[in-house]
Amino acid sequence: MLSVLRTMWDVFLHAFHRRVTVQYPEQKAYLASRYRGRIILSRDPDGGERCVGCYLCAAVCPVDCIALQATEDEHGRRYPEFFRINFSRCIFCGFCEDACPTYAIQLIPDVEMGEYHRPNLVYEKEQLLINGPGKYPGYNYWKVCGVAIGGKGKGESENEARPTDLRGLLP
Amino acid sequence: MTSPYPIAIIIALLIVALSVASGLIWLERRLLALWQDRYGPNRVGPFGLLQVVADMIKIFTKEDWIPPFADKPVFVLAPAIIVVTVLMTFAVLPFAPGIMVTDLNVGLLFFLAMSSLGVYSVVLAGWSSDNKYSLLGGLRAAAQMISYEVFMGLSLMGVVVLAGSFDLAKIVEAQRKLWFVIPQFLGFVLFLIAGIAETRRLPFDLPEAESELVAGYHSEYSGMKFGMFFVGEYLGVTLISALIAILFFGGWLGPWLPPIVWFFIKLFLFICFFILLRASLPRPRFDQLMSWGWKLMLPLALANILVTGAVVLAFR
Repeated sequence: MLSVLRTMWDVFLHAFHRRVTVQYPEQKAYLASRYRGRIILSRDPDGGERCVGCYLCAAVCPVDCIALQATEDEHGRRYPEFFRINFSRCIFCGFCEDACPTYAIQLIPDVEMGEYHRPNLVYEKEQLLINGPGKYPGYNYWKVCGVAIGGKGKGESENEARPTDLRGLLP
Repeated sequence: MTSPYPIAIIIALLIVALSVASGLIWLERRLLALWQDRYGPNRVGPFGLLQVVADMIKIFTKEDWIPPFADKPVFVLAPAIIVVTVLMTFAVLPFAPGIMVTDLNVGLLFFLAMSSLGVYSVVLAGWSSDNKYSLLGGLRAAAQMISYEVFMGLSLMGVVVLAGSFDLAKIVEAQRKLWFVIPQFLGFVLFLIAGIAETRRLPFDLPEAESELVAGYHSEYSGMKFGMFFVGEYLGVTLISALIAILFFGGWLGPWLPPIVWFFIKLFLFICFFILLRASLPRPRFDQLMSWGWKLMLPLALANILVTGAVVLAFR
């Protein structure tokens, strides 16, 4: 019997506690910087697209929401001809970010993607590309990879030795 | 003591009672939220007050469906009974000197009779729905009412002995010197428990028992018929709170403020107490409820009458 009264008193005291509700549209909830929200495509520090169209993100995606077509420019630099993410299917698992070899695809802490029409949830490359390097400011894939593209020959990448001259006699 | 304009009083009473009952939906949700560290409805209108209007528009436009297997006339009648019986009892409540529909000299008995009739609503609703959960709810309501009606009536006899009348206005007048809650504290506790059981509110909401019986006796109800059960329940809460204020806390009596204000302050406090009960206490098991009623409350109520009667006899 005493415990009943004690319970009622304890519940009554909750009238003076702080309320835990976050009043959403006016007051935003805190999202950690690693929160997996909207997917973006980032650019090199010098402005080129990072994505090389390797299809790894599309292959790893458990719900098959990523579609892309790779192509090459005149210098031999690969880039996606189109890149399409269907956010009405996306489950924001972040596998695509893990799979990406060039840090191109990244998930950012933004969840406010509500739409009244379902087709509006299909994002094309224009909507996905951002004007910056995202979470990896200094990284430039084409400067560190061993592939020769226009303006950069074999062995001219950062931290890369010149190719061995197999016919040379020098040590 | 009755007013010269009974029709005006009746209309005002109906408006006040029904708007208090619908306002209670908002009050209950806000208070429960307060005690659970939330906000509750606060978007529609100032402090979410228009939530009630939104809910009413919604419930009036809902499909009012009668299941094909139900006993149709009884099914339709059941929700009306609860509202009618509770509203009938409001007729004998003295809100302030002169503000009452009828000054019945057996007002208290009239209340007991009407609240007993109210249980037919629940039992018939459970029976006519032809649904096992509804029937279980109805059966529980019947058993609960039998065990709680008995000591509810008996717990009030102490007040009647002290006041020397069944007339609610005279009972209030008899408390000029001392509120009956002090000499009749046991009677107050017993009536409070019986009153909660009478309104089928938590912790005694076994006929409804959302977590066990779907929604108990009103599982099959929809639209405004379902709404009537809710209006009936909130009117019942208002009624029991008003009776506690009248019988034990001096009704309209109080210094400085006008009598009607005192009455509504007391009424409001007891309504809040009912909501606090819902926020804090779990539902007892059915056999616990029954054995409490018969083995503890009934003997206590009888002892209360005996002692009160003996003391009144000795000091007269």
